[in-house]
Amino acid sequence: MSNGLMTARMRRGEMTLGEKLWQVSWSFVLLISALAGIGVVMLYSAANGDMDPWASRHITRYGVGLVLLLVVALIDIRQWMRYAYWLYALAFVLLVAVEVKGTIGMGAQRWIDLGVIQLQPSELMKVALVLALARFFHGADLSDVGRPLYLVIPVLLVLAPVALVLRQPDLGTALMMLAGAAVLFFVAGVRLWMFALVVVAGLSVIPVAWQFLHDYQKQRVLTFINPERDPLGAGYHILQSKIALGSGGLTGKGFLQGTQSHLNFLPEKQTDFIFVMLAEEFGMLAGIGLLVLYVLVVAYGLAIALRTRNQFGRLVSIGVTVTFFLYVFINIAMVMGLIPVVGVPLPLVSYGGTAMLTLMLAFGLLISAWVHRDVQIGRRGAYDDG
Amino acid sequence: MQKDGDRSKVFARRVVLLAGGKALLVSLLGARMYYLQVMEAEKYRTLADENRINMRLIPPPRGRIVDRFGVPLAVNRQNFRALVIAERTRDLKQTLQTFADLVPLSDYDHQRVLKESSRRRSFVPVTVRENLTWEQMALVQVHAPNLPGVIIDEGLTRDYPYADLVSHILGYVAAVAEEDMIGDDPLLQLPDFRIGKAGIEKVYDLPLRGKAGASQVEVNAVGRMIRELRNEEGEPGHEVQLTIDMRLQDYASRRLGEQSAACVVMDVHTGELLAMASMPAYDPNAFARGLSQAEWAALANDPRAPLRNKALAGQYAPGSTFKMVVALAALESGIVNAEQTVYCPGHLRLGNHRFHCWKRGGHGHMNMTSALEQSCDVYFYEVSRRIGIERIADMARRMGLGAPLDIELPGEAPGLIPSKAWKTATLGQPWVQGETLVASIGQGYVLATPLQLAVMTARIANNGLAVRPTLCRQEIRDGHLVERPTPAFESIGVSKPFMGLVQNAMWRVVNGNRGTARGSAIDVDGQTMSGKTGTSQVRRITMQERQTGVRSNEELPWKFRDHALFVCFAPAEAPRYAISVIVEHAGGGSRHAAPIAHDVMLEALRLDPSRRRTTREVAAIRDAPPGEGGVRRLTDAETGAEESEERRPQ
Repeated sequence: MSNGLMTARMRRGEMTLGEKLWQVSWSFVLLISALAGIGVVMLYSAANGDMDPWASRHITRYGVGLVLLLVVALIDIRQWMRYAYWLYALAFVLLVAVEVKGTIGMGAQRWIDLGVIQLQPSELMKVALVLALARFFHGADLSDVGRPLYLVIPVLLVLAPVALVLRQPDLGTALMMLAGAAVLFFVAGVRLWMFALVVVAGLSVIPVAWQFLHDYQKQRVLTFINPERDPLGAGYHILQSKIALGSGGLTGKGFLQGTQSHLNFLPEKQTDFIFVMLAEEFGMLAGIGLLVLYVLVVAYGLAIALRTRNQFGRLVSIGVTVTFFLYVFINIAMVMGLIPVVGVPLPLVSYGGTAMLTLMLAFGLLISAWVHRDVQIGRRGAYDDG
Repeated sequence: MQKDGDRSKVFARRVVLLAGGKALLVSLLGARMYYLQVMEAEKYRTLADENRINMRLIPPPRGRIVDRFGVPLAVNRQNFRALVIAERTRDLKQTLQTFADLVPLSDYDHQRVLKESSRRRSFVPVTVRENLTWEQMALVQVHAPNLPGVIIDEGLTRDYPYADLVSHILGYVAAVAEEDMIGDDPLLQLPDFRIGKAGIEKVYDLPLRGKAGASQVEVNAVGRMIRELRNEEGEPGHEVQLTIDMRLQDYASRRLGEQSAACVVMDVHTGELLAMASMPAYDPNAFARGLSQAEWAALANDPRAPLRNKALAGQYAPGSTFKMVVALAALESGIVNAEQTVYCPGHLRLGNHRFHCWKRGGHGHMNMTSALEQSCDVYFYEVSRRIGIERIADMARRMGLGAPLDIELPGEAPGLIPSKAWKTATLGQPWVQGETLVASIGQGYVLATPLQLAVMTARIANNGLAVRPTLCRQEIRDGHLVERPTPAFESIGVSKPFMGLVQNAMWRVVNGNRGTARGSAIDVDGQTMSGKTGTSQVRRITMQERQTGVRSNEELPWKFRDHALFVCFAPAEAPRYAISVIVEHAGGGSRHAAPIAHDVMLEALRLDPSRRRTTREVAAIRDAPPGEGGVRRLTDAETGAEESEERRPQ
């Protein structure tokens, strides 16, 4: 099979399953497996040196996630584009369902119990929104995105789920969706002055928005600004987190030796604060090491985006990469006291099913974009309607 | 494709920008990590250790206090207490109720336990009751299945086996008060810790206390102990040895009995106190346990002042026991010699005042020896008139009166030896001669403590060595307990013949035909006693009373009666012990103080380790009931003839 012939077939998306599997970026899979492995080690430590209850289930979930990733990766990118809006609609309906159920039931609920797993529609929406926006901007050229009116639909696509998520209320996810969407608008070529306009408008809205924040959200922001305000209450977590990080030093206290984590001074060490545990037990060197792995994942994502020849694939890659990056940045910045505590897990390392599945789904799309990088997709989604 | 090319270029450019932005954010994370984990690492390491490490103090056992032969006077007793751990009970209230059915539990304790356990974390034990008897402890143990969460804990409590017999010397321990929180000894922070509050317990508190052991434990976020990191052995408190002979102390205290009285027994050569009794006293065990308001009020309001160590803090007019000082001052002055006589008609006239002798009819011609023997007041009026107050005051100070003797206990009273300068300075009035006369018989302004009188007697007995009293074999030097070196006392500068003369006169007081204490003579293997009686007047006798006849002491209300005093030393032949006795509001010294001194002296001689006795002798001494030692008992007629000392002028 000659190289030229192969390329041509790839452009048309005519690949056998074997060829697709060959095209899967196994080094990337290895990379994320390494991250999940770090997660297993830390969860083992979080349980005071026990595979139960977290580490073993983390492995299972990652395994399931990996299968999901491959399935998603092997599905033709054009199929994803075709069903992008449908997926978005499904996620939206689920979001509404959660909202309705929450109003009827008791208090805030963020998930739907599917028996096997608890599905969190806002997580699904993160991926669906990326797909929907990518689909929308796939057909838009630079002159289109230059028109403000043209952007009304994608803005609505973003704001509708954000509003629902805010009502849950889940400030963290809402902000992540906003930021992820903004990046997609940015790489799609939306004019910079529009961003400036939105930023200015946003800043002026803050005082008003403050009134609508829940008390606990206000507390989080206030505590963030001055953690010593309430060292035993809201500020306690972040203070203990900083103590854990700082006391870890350059090389850490040793595996299973983290005093802050093992004596329960550190809150939620198996989920949101797992990075702190890593940095306490293995020191700053390990923290930097983990950060490097994450940067590599992001670099892979960006490289795939740059290498992909169809706009949909590019935008999906960027969307996935940015979402992933936001997870990492928000989580680490949060535990180090740079931003308020917003409850975002550390991707692939933190214990938690929904986030894991969302991520693997997203990575599946990324790999799908890679596998189908040379497929040419027409403006309306046809194979080639150039 | 051209459009797509433009779009690609914009896309690529913006992706690069995006990557740059991300790189910036990632470096921010790295910088923050560096700041927290490298630059601030030390600070957070300290905070992490403060988080997890708790110091648990292990209180050291308090040092014992023993007497000169090692008999323990203050010890630590096992104290059983019941604790309850709320989280191990099914229902705290129910458990407490069950407990109260077994061991009486006051409503107050009941409420306190409930309150404390609601305030503390549920795994922290709360004391339910302290000082359980062995039976109660056993009862709780037997019913353990019905008392989930109740545990028996053994602690140490201070125990004073002799209760009130040595309480004024030992003092007591009690809970740490706010004002005791001085220094940085962490032990003071312990809720159950007791410190010395009075007596030896207070003065020697630091060496007795010892050093706290520490156990460093790792705790988790809710304070539950995870493991022990380090265990530092404490240092038990030092043992303090007193010079007291507990057998003698015991005897003296019991001999004083119900009376408000004090008795000091001192070694005339070393100054060691063998006994220092002050009665009534208090039970220091009650203080260690904690006094109720009513108990405290009863102690504080008792007119016989059980809280006061009368031997140290009680100041009394020494009465006739002061006459030795006047006699020595006169001899030393050369103005009066021992053989010169003074005629005593029963009073001495000075200006418009008559100064009465205790004997209404007078003693007739008196020389120094007979004047001391019969305690003639007129003789000393006349002698003091000739030599003046300053010579008397000077001699009194040399004998150890008028200033604190720096014994190892707090609360020592200085006594008072008046002089012209003193009166001008404190009262702003000139000294008048009549006051010299009053002072010469130990009345008026003159005040002395029983301890000072014992020291005075010891200094006479040892031929004028400035012996100082001591109560403890060790002393604190630079914060350490060290053995007290054998003291070397200087002479007070009174010539031996003069001392010999006074000693002889004192011998005659007890052994002479007309001695005022002739009923209290002793003869232990040929060893005799010398002494001097004293009666100190508490109120003035009015002219009217003098004319209508002085009411006898027994007719007066208790608090107006005279104090009875007696000082003595023995053996007269080779003095070893000096004793002073004061019985408040008892009456005449010869009748009420001398017999006590007599009995205590007999006991002291019986216990004297230098005396070799045959077992039969020992048995004889032991079998002889006190008070039947021979010549002591007097007939009623004789006692009636004793001094009643109506001596103060109007």
